[in-house]
Amino acid sequence: MSDLTRKTAAELSELMASKQASSVEVTQAHLDRIAAVDGSVKAFLHVDTEGALAQAAAVDAKRAAGEELGPLAGVPLALKDVLTQEGVPTTAGSKILEGWKPPYDSTVVKRLKAAGIVILGKTNMDEFAMGSSTENSAYGTTHNPWDLTRIPGGSGGGSSAAISAWEAPLAIGTDTGGSIRQPGAFTGTVGVKPTYGGTSRYGLIALASSLDTPGPCARTTLDAALLHEAIAGWDPMDSTSINQDVPPVVAAARNGDVSGLRIGVVKELGGDGYQPGVEARFHEAVELLTKLGAEVVEVSCPHFEYALPAYYLILPSEASSNLAKFDAMRYGLRVGDDGTNSAETVTGLSREAGFGDEVKRRIILGTHALSSGYYDAYYGQAQKVRTLIARDFIKAYEQVDVLVSPATPTTAFAIGDRINDPIAMYKNDLCTIPSNLAGNAAASFPCGLADEDGLPVGFHVMAPVMRDDLLYTVGAALESALAEKWGGVLMSKAPELVVNR
Amino acid sequence: MTADVVAIDDALAQYDPVMGLEVHVELNTKSKMFCGCPTEFGAPPNTQTCPVCLGLPGALPVVNRRGVESAIKIGLALNCEIAEWCRFARKNYFYPDMPKNFQTSQYDEPIAFNGWSEVIVDGETYRIEIERAHMEEDTGKSTHVGGATGRIQGASHSLVDYNRAGIPLIEIVTKTIEVPPAKAAAVARAFVSQLRDLLLALDVSDVRMDQGSLRCDANVSLKPSGTTVLGTRTETKNVNSFRSVERAITYEITRQAAVLNAGGKILQETRHWHEDTGITTSGREKSDADDYRYFPEPDLVPVAPSREWVEEIRATLPEAPSLRRVRLQEDWGFTDLEMRDVINGNALEPIVATTSLGVSAAAAKKWWLGELARFANESGTDLDALPVGPAEVAEVQKLVDEGTLNDKLARQVFEGLLAGEGTPAEIMEKRGLALVSDDGPLLEAIDRAIAANPGVVEKVNSGKPAAAGALIGAVMKDMRGQADAAKVRELLNAKLGI
Repeated sequence: MSDLTRKTAAELSELMASKQASSVEVTQAHLDRIAAVDGSVKAFLHVDTEGALAQAAAVDAKRAAGEELGPLAGVPLALKDVLTQEGVPTTAGSKILEGWKPPYDSTVVKRLKAAGIVILGKTNMDEFAMGSSTENSAYGTTHNPWDLTRIPGGSGGGSSAAISAWEAPLAIGTDTGGSIRQPGAFTGTVGVKPTYGGTSRYGLIALASSLDTPGPCARTTLDAALLHEAIAGWDPMDSTSINQDVPPVVAAARNGDVSGLRIGVVKELGGDGYQPGVEARFHEAVELLTKLGAEVVEVSCPHFEYALPAYYLILPSEASSNLAKFDAMRYGLRVGDDGTNSAETVTGLSREAGFGDEVKRRIILGTHALSSGYYDAYYGQAQKVRTLIARDFIKAYEQVDVLVSPATPTTAFAIGDRINDPIAMYKNDLCTIPSNLAGNAAASFPCGLADEDGLPVGFHVMAPVMRDDLLYTVGAALESALAEKWGGVLMSKAPELVVNR
Repeated sequence: MTADVVAIDDALAQYDPVMGLEVHVELNTKSKMFCGCPTEFGAPPNTQTCPVCLGLPGALPVVNRRGVESAIKIGLALNCEIAEWCRFARKNYFYPDMPKNFQTSQYDEPIAFNGWSEVIVDGETYRIEIERAHMEEDTGKSTHVGGATGRIQGASHSLVDYNRAGIPLIEIVTKTIEVPPAKAAAVARAFVSQLRDLLLALDVSDVRMDQGSLRCDANVSLKPSGTTVLGTRTETKNVNSFRSVERAITYEITRQAAVLNAGGKILQETRHWHEDTGITTSGREKSDADDYRYFPEPDLVPVAPSREWVEEIRATLPEAPSLRRVRLQEDWGFTDLEMRDVINGNALEPIVATTSLGVSAAAAKKWWLGELARFANESGTDLDALPVGPAEVAEVQKLVDEGTLNDKLARQVFEGLLAGEGTPAEIMEKRGLALVSDDGPLLEAIDRAIAANPGVVEKVNSGKPAAAGALIGAVMKDMRGQADAAKVRELLNAKLGI
């Protein structure tokens, strides 16, 4: 049998359904792959070998007993370390949570388990999802499987690296300003940010509550859709979740017909500061979609240029409050508790030792932005900009069905390249941030390799609230057209990693 | 060294108190404000918690609909407007008993606002303007161990119980209470007392001040009499009974006057009321620099109660207290003066409860404003905190109505009840208080009285039957009060043939 790790989730599902492979075999193959390559990729913070094999065995037993199983039952998955899983270490990439084992499952994890999806372990991320490269992780940087000297994107670099290193066919990410889509673009994989409220945040360690959105990562559009369907839907535990049916994402991914679809190219997301190879692949993809029958027009979203500054006021404001709970009183790291220090001192020492520089930077920014006397000028003004950006989207969607842009201005950059230049780092998310501010659905699909560096380029699709299905329609159309051109998915062009034996 | 306080009359001669109240009410919902944990009082520490109320990473709040309903009820009962759309806000500050290090509260968009309430003190009606009533969650409870005072200063360590964290609270804030200076403290007390009755009638809270389900903070400042120069205010906390509302405010007025008279400055601070010593002491210094960095709670969607729902809730409200008072006065047949005494004596609710047990309003009033009020006053407790309640009053009055006790003996039974000597029956037994209802001993006593008072008998026989009263007195004295005077009169009249 060919290598199980090279199969898509849909293919693995068929193999298991037809009893050509067991979930234990599939899971073991991926655990072996992790053992073989993760030493150089460093996608995982924690591999739950025992737990994964036990889950796999349970699925196999159910299948043997003739129980009806979901379409992804027995398929392994890598989970971003920002979602709680009962009894499994969860750090959010921070020292301050080192050793913490949550006493409860996040809703996403509950649904994964209910779907019979096997959780292999927890993936690396920028600390509290603050970053675009995983370099802010307290546990070291993840390496891009396409080029190990490059970053895999962030904050969910661990999840994207895991699927592009064939360590897992599926992964869960969370997207606050691009943390699913940008790593997807940088690793030649599919990354989808569902509509805000389309997936539950319960058990997602909050960065910015009004922006955080869990979503699927996969190597194919259909796999992403299957995972999307498994985790999405209303959750009474999250009052910001939307009480509506999940959009028909799987049907859209299977259909992929863009004829007559109106596609708007966002004028403001391109040009200066965009890598030529990125722009070239993007425009080729747009032409491809035109050939497939889509109607393409240029659309202006004039307020998008203010998205980045607004985002860097709203996000730190919410984060400064969300991260206040890490006070060393109840869980996680505790420093200086020697019987002489006050609670306040212990809290201070623990936060000093437990938080990294970027986290401290954003706590200070957010605390300042919310301070009396500054609130109106910063947080208040940013909320107004947010409203204007949402209106840009609404106006645009009066003309077109979806909007498109490059997912990122550049391809994956080198480790260490931008870590000392926060603004350059933040600019990575220029294209992805507007959708978070408006709560819209958006995704990145692979659309080729940049000529300059041979690295993957992401094609960014944005759709109205609860029209996540349109993302998959576009993604599937593009994928099949490009697969014809390339003779397979983009990932098949990735260089082989050196395997440790 | 200057005096700590000046006399209240002297203080009020020089200064006008400016006063506002913040009252926190714990709702009696079955579950907490943002999670499904139970709210029962007195459970073992940290047994009524979950990821949400412990603020564990990843947990999210969901609003308790019943909590919102109670907030609307309270708002309507205080004649407030109910917001068509409002949000929760985060109040950010660090404290170990606050699991998230922010309190989910409301800031500039309270659920209820612009209301009023009327209270009656010494027969005068005063209007209290209500600024707002908003929803929030309670914090956990810290216990400081190892110090002499139970306060954090000097403690060796602290224990935190998160059972209380997330219990729904409504904070009711008055506007500045504008009443004649001499009435300020009494009006404040009357307001809190009436608020308690209102909350009980609404059935939204247990309103147990001793358990902290009704907590009152009093803001007090002084301005020189007749001026508009506002002084620095203090916020007195831990005011846990109606009496202490009045006492704490009076104390703050006299303390601040002494400080000002000595040329000192009032510090803007939180002060703690001490029930035992009757003083306030300095707590945390508060300044305008306190910055809670409020912002709308992004984990919760806005609360937008439909007007239909608000009207449904309004329709369930009990009678307004002022209308109810008018109705009760009519039902009871009390004069204005009598009704005023009842209200000033905080005896309205006890009398309502007692009459509902079948006792006449006049009899209920007699006991609550007489014997029981005197005892409450002497022992420094509130009327409804006495060991004697409506049930006991009804029981004793029944014995009077049956002729087993007369009023004089009944007073002794109450004395025994208040001293904890047992049930009315046990007290009568122990103290030998029952009326002699047997005719035999009464007739003997009558014979002795007639024999001892030949002059009185002569007067009666000469056509002055009113003189027989002296004989009744003599019989009652002979019986040591344990006789029914009406019965004695009946027997005596028969004997004398009148």
